[in-house]
Amino acid sequence: MPRVHEKVSYWMLVLPALSIMVCFYILPVLGIWEIAFTEPETGVGNFVKMAGSNAVKTSFVITFRVAAITTVGCLILGYIVAYAISNFATRLTPLMVALVILPFWVSVLIRSFSWIVLLGRSGLVNDALIHAGMIERPLRLMHNELGVLIAMIHVMLPFAVLPMLTNMRGISGIYVQAARSLGASEWTSFRQVYFPQTLPGVLSGALLVFVLSLGFFVTPALLGGGRVLMISEYITYQIQEFLNWGLGSALSVALLVATALVLLISARFVNLRATLLERK
Amino acid sequence: MQVSAFRIFFQTGAWLVIAFLVLPILVVLPISFTDTSYIGLPKEALSLQHYANYFTDPDWLGATWTSVWVGLVVATCASVLGTAFAIGCWFLSDRAAMVARWVLITPILVPPVVQSLGFYRFWVKLGLIDTHFGVILAHTLLALPYVSISVFAALSNLDRNLPRAARSLGASVMQTVWAVVVPAARPGIATGFIFAFIVSFDEIVGVLFITVRNVQTLPKMIWEGIQDNIDPTIAAVATLLIALTLIATAIGVLRRS
Repeated sequence: MPRVHEKVSYWMLVLPALSIMVCFYILPVLGIWEIAFTEPETGVGNFVKMAGSNAVKTSFVITFRVAAITTVGCLILGYIVAYAISNFATRLTPLMVALVILPFWVSVLIRSFSWIVLLGRSGLVNDALIHAGMIERPLRLMHNELGVLIAMIHVMLPFAVLPMLTNMRGISGIYVQAARSLGASEWTSFRQVYFPQTLPGVLSGALLVFVLSLGFFVTPALLGGGRVLMISEYITYQIQEFLNWGLGSALSVALLVATALVLLISARFVNLRATLLERK
Repeated sequence: MQVSAFRIFFQTGAWLVIAFLVLPILVVLPISFTDTSYIGLPKEALSLQHYANYFTDPDWLGATWTSVWVGLVVATCASVLGTAFAIGCWFLSDRAAMVARWVLITPILVPPVVQSLGFYRFWVKLGLIDTHFGVILAHTLLALPYVSISVFAALSNLDRNLPRAARSLGASVMQTVWAVVVPAARPGIATGFIFAFIVSFDEIVGVLFITVRNVQTLPKMIWEGIQDNIDPTIAAVATLLIALTLIATAIGVLRRS
């Protein structure tokens, strides 16, 4: 039976990557669930403790708020860039695309460091404002939610722009032209004809940014200065400072479940396959 | 054509957003030339002392070298495994292959801290903590999704009749893969290799959990430097990395046009 034999050889190609992923990634992540239910003792004690803790509640609220504001900020700023790139062809368009993609290749650590240099107490922004006589004492731009949000939007922006660009490139100009020639103003034809066609790209971008922001660690940890404790940082706190593996793992499980729920709910509105599996 | 307010809004808005994206990254440039021993703008003269510090400090150089070779090994492993995986899935194109593709991209969706906890506990059991092999294994897993996605994207343009023709002319499965499919996947493999290298080269949360003193990578040095603060050497390192990125992007753009 040649067909069966053929399938076996294709699976031989698939299996090496798949098996190391299952053994060394999926199993360790499932191990977190085991810890959450067994340390320090078997049962749901960690989850009870978690549900009763005000600090945990605050941390979840901060996490969702930061992720939501970051998503909205990235969508608005990203939409403007993606629209200009795909609708106004000028000699500078390729440069625009290159400049949008460039920050993608610069590590998040370095981009966060840049923001620390800019927003710190004696950072460049405060220095410049004091020098110009506009303020007397340095403003608090960092180690609070504002600083985290600015840097998060900066880091996440390319993730919002790229899916919107892919989507807008596939939109034919004839519908807007038709609307215009039928007498619609530029703004009306944008709102009623163009914008609805871009919704799939907007939703893909929103999903990517939101999911990545929920679990983000580096930028909130560096710009938040311990005052904007998002869940990821809260987990490392529990484990590194208090060696509280049980609670840390329970929080991890909660974060995983929250991420999964966001994906499941968004699957109704977003083409997950196109957003995640078939990214260009 | 008359330029409308609508158009002016989007055009200037877009440039403002791009300025917001690019300019903040460039602040490390003036800082790196400071003549002070703390992070700030140059006071009296430009100085190369922080570059000199980077190029003479065995810790910084060692960490750089570790990140480079670990990144290359990771990119190679992930490219080989991920390419084989994507090609196999492309041929199968059934439900099971679809599930396999979703399994392979989980590292994109799981929060970095959560997966790092998982790595830590498992690596302790396997005795891989603070070893280069442990870092390479973890980074290969994190890089696999990107290779698989980009190889798959390259294959989406390949006509399924080509491998069929090769098979009917007597080529074995492996000959078909090697002579027909791999050449078509080559652009995807190249992109995947670069992605995999960058994933490993920039990865920080994982190494914070699974390494101690023995393995020092560049992101770890930068992370520790930011925590202790005030050494402008970080700005020099950052400037060098950004310059490299710029050169690589420029080469990429020029080669395409």
